[in-house]
Amino acid sequence: MGDRSQKIIYAVFVLAVILLGWGIDNAYYLQMLIFIGINTLLALSLNMLMGYAGQISLGHAAFYGIGAYVTAILTATYQVPPLLSLPAAVCMAMFVAWIVGIPTLRLSGYYLGMGTLGFGMIVHIVFREWSSVTGGASGFVGIPPLTAGPLTFDSERHYFFLVWTVVLLAIIMCRRIIDSRVGRALRAIHDGEKAAAAVGVDTKKLKLQVFVLSAGMAALAGFLYAHLIYFISPGTFGFVTSIRIVTMVVIGGMASIWGSLFGASLLTLLPEWLHAFSEFEMVVYGLILMTVMIFLPRGLTRGLLDIYERYRKNNDR
Amino acid sequence: MILSAKWRTVLTAAAVAVFMVFSQVCLAEASGDNYKIGGIFSVTGPASFLGDPEKKSMNLAIEEINEAGGVDGRKLEAVIYDTEGDPSKTVTSVGKLINKDRVTAIIGPSRTPTTLAAIPRVQRAELPFISCAAGNKIVEPIKPWVFKTAQSDIQAVASIYKHIKQKGIKKVGIITVANAFGESGKEQLQEQASDFGIAVVRSESFGADDTDMTAQLTKIRQEDPGAIICWGTNPGPAVVAKNIKQLDIKTPLYMSHGVASPKFIELAGKAAEDILLPTGKILVADLLGEDDPQKQVLSNYIEAYESRYNETVSGFGGYAYDAVYLLASAMKGTGGDKEKIRENLENISNHPGISGVFNFSKTDHNGLDPSAFVMVRIKNGDWKLVE
Amino acid sequence: MQEILQYLFSGITNGAIYAVIAVGFSMLYSSTELINFAHGEFVMLGALSMVTLAAGFGWPLVPAFVLTVAAVGMAGLLFERLAIRPVRQPDHIVLIIITVGASIFLRGLGMLIWGKDAYSMQPFSDHPPIDVAGAKLLAQSIWILVIVMALTAGLHLFYRRTLTGKAMSACAVSKKAAWIVGIPTKWMVLLAFALATAMGAVAGAIIAPVTMSSYDMGTVLGLKGFCAAMLGGLGSLWGAILGGFLLGILEALGVGFVSSGLKDATAFVLLLLVLYVRPQGIIGSAEVKRF
Repeated sequence: MGDRSQKIIYAVFVLAVILLGWGIDNAYYLQMLIFIGINTLLALSLNMLMGYAGQISLGHAAFYGIGAYVTAILTATYQVPPLLSLPAAVCMAMFVAWIVGIPTLRLSGYYLGMGTLGFGMIVHIVFREWSSVTGGASGFVGIPPLTAGPLTFDSERHYFFLVWTVVLLAIIMCRRIIDSRVGRALRAIHDGEKAAAAVGVDTKKLKLQVFVLSAGMAALAGFLYAHLIYFISPGTFGFVTSIRIVTMVVIGGMASIWGSLFGASLLTLLPEWLHAFSEFEMVVYGLILMTVMIFLPRGLTRGLLDIYERYRKNNDR
Repeated sequence: MILSAKWRTVLTAAAVAVFMVFSQVCLAEASGDNYKIGGIFSVTGPASFLGDPEKKSMNLAIEEINEAGGVDGRKLEAVIYDTEGDPSKTVTSVGKLINKDRVTAIIGPSRTPTTLAAIPRVQRAELPFISCAAGNKIVEPIKPWVFKTAQSDIQAVASIYKHIKQKGIKKVGIITVANAFGESGKEQLQEQASDFGIAVVRSESFGADDTDMTAQLTKIRQEDPGAIICWGTNPGPAVVAKNIKQLDIKTPLYMSHGVASPKFIELAGKAAEDILLPTGKILVADLLGEDDPQKQVLSNYIEAYESRYNETVSGFGGYAYDAVYLLASAMKGTGGDKEKIRENLENISNHPGISGVFNFSKTDHNGLDPSAFVMVRIKNGDWKLVE
Repeated sequence: MQEILQYLFSGITNGAIYAVIAVGFSMLYSSTELINFAHGEFVMLGALSMVTLAAGFGWPLVPAFVLTVAAVGMAGLLFERLAIRPVRQPDHIVLIIITVGASIFLRGLGMLIWGKDAYSMQPFSDHPPIDVAGAKLLAQSIWILVIVMALTAGLHLFYRRTLTGKAMSACAVSKKAAWIVGIPTKWMVLLAFALATAMGAVAGAIIAPVTMSSYDMGTVLGLKGFCAAMLGGLGSLWGAILGGFLLGILEALGVGFVSSGLKDATAFVLLLLVLYVRPQGIIGSAEVKRF
């Protein structure tokens, strides 16, 4: 994609956010859009790791949870202002990712999947069992709303703008990384780790860096989630969530930034639509997942983009 | 940034379309003449044994009230969403009820974590909210808009300990499920023990999906307690009951009100014999004396539920049934004014319900005392009252 | 001593179940390089069908068991034919999501058929627990152990002695080479699916009497089985058996000597350690990672 069309896309994105933010009066729709934003951050963070660097993670909800719990504990228990707890939450997740990443990223394929899955389960159990600090299985109550100087993000509209600004910044950052030398090296790792190492890419270091970055972004999403709901419980950060994030990335399209946005939107909205099926909800949801993957294995975005690209080529001729 | 004319048109069109779709949706919600009551229950998911009967009971209560003429001549209308036991889904559902359906009050959710997640939003929206969950954190400290109908663990633990004390048992071992229900029970069990001169000598936990608890029970047995108390909801405690029989542990076994349903006896089979547990009076309605204040309400509810849904009544649906009736009586003469409903709720006294006789006040938003519970013993696959 | 023995018995019973589930994972992996995240749901189907046939319809155990295993095996066959074979681009990650979708679908289906309640059934034989130095061993545990051992021996013979078994092993080594020498690889994959899901059904059917079965029981069991398969060495029959028992025993000992709240954590910490030190699992080695 050229530089110009990218700018246009960003412009459309900003315009859409502003229009939606001012246009929607119903707090429920804003809430759905906020959730989409948070899920987009999650999908984006995992897409950097999975789509670009080719490293699967089945425990990404752990970092999401670390972000949420660190800010909850700091702001509610120790009255730290959220502005300070944000870097603490993100750094904590990155630190944990760094420690865990060194041994785990030596694995590959299903072994890496199992390693990250195990890590996610352990973090989940820590949230549940360390009840003096985390509130245990009943959850953590009393997280304050987000304040930054004179601004208080306690209405849906404010939060909507906050979340989507963060999403936009994250997208721009990811785009920059992907288009840089690092991005090319990452894709080289994806295509073949040994070949990448042979041409001088420090694969170990690079994989670890992406893992840490990805954990930081997930923690940021956790931070936003905690201050949106004012309540967190371990169930939100378990295996099911990890799998849902993976699903968002794959359905949206691996190695596609806009795919993350699309996948996150779809998987956030789909359960809402499927409520109409009541009893059959799970069956239909499972069927949709399977069908999409069977017929559009590269994800919905890629599938649709391929069609569009073909159409444009025909037109240009 | 240069935009070609074509792009500009496309953009404007898209923006206008988006704007119109949403303003249309917003306008479409004109409210009718009915009172809309929101319900959020975990109809599916691990707590469906609570949410499913609650949903049915809420619908039942609303049908009954409407047949009797509604509230001040206006009909009630239920809008029910499924939380699947998930806090984020609960928050979206609450948002939908408040902003999209514009309900007068909300009933539910079924579980403590989901209730805790919902509270900040209903408090901000200033909406009467009656939870069906057991956890004591819900009404402690008191929040102006938050009420609850399910009996608290406090009263359940008190009933069990009272019984244990009478028997002269000094040492108990506890085994609790590793979720919000078990944890809340564990807290209460440990907190209240000293009040009754009882020592908790061993506290173990099990996962909600565990298939075998013999290891935990073996560990408890080492301490030689006078009684074992298991705190959980089906099916875990049924496995505990079976394992205790298999290990040939003779100490009396107490369960929580979380298993107070015929399903438990069915699951545990012969292992259920002689288990003691506190329960709301619904399980033993036919054993109650005619002078019991709840007798009438209970038999009406059981009969209506069983004929309407063609299944055995569960011990949990009553939470939602009570909530609807409490709400309806508080709504009388208010014209839907939320502050007035809240005040009326706070002033309800001597309201016989399924879970007990409710006496709300400014300092008590649960309104039940330990008399809401009776101790029962399982004998020959049925419940027997214990004096 | 009595306690340790009791922990061991508890661990062996659970471990046997994990082992059967792990064998299902391993078997499928070795012939298709696929991890079936819906495997736990086939266990659930097995347990619930067994309960329905034996306790609900009052069938004798043997036909109920056979029909359960056959029916779930058929379901596995259908699953391969309808959801796995038509995949246009069989990447690992795509297949993972498909099996995740299948697990949600099957759970939903289980909920539609059996409702949300749990079910229980009588043990296979009504024998009182056996007393071994003060520790109790359940009759059902012995049933489970016997069935697991018979299955393992049967599978071992199948892979070593029968032509079909050897053909399957050949597929596991190289699909292309197997195809070249005239092995109908597609059929072998189909067979692997049917056998693996049948193993899941066996696991479900034998644990139905020890625990409570409900539509959502599969997820945790599946995870534990996957964990066990990894522990022993993915793709190895004996590895899966060893991993299963190891996981079960360590969990029980974890409860006994560490903390019951951290039971699952002990299992996963161990898994991570094994992965870090010997990523190929305890038995599996880089070269001999097949049956």
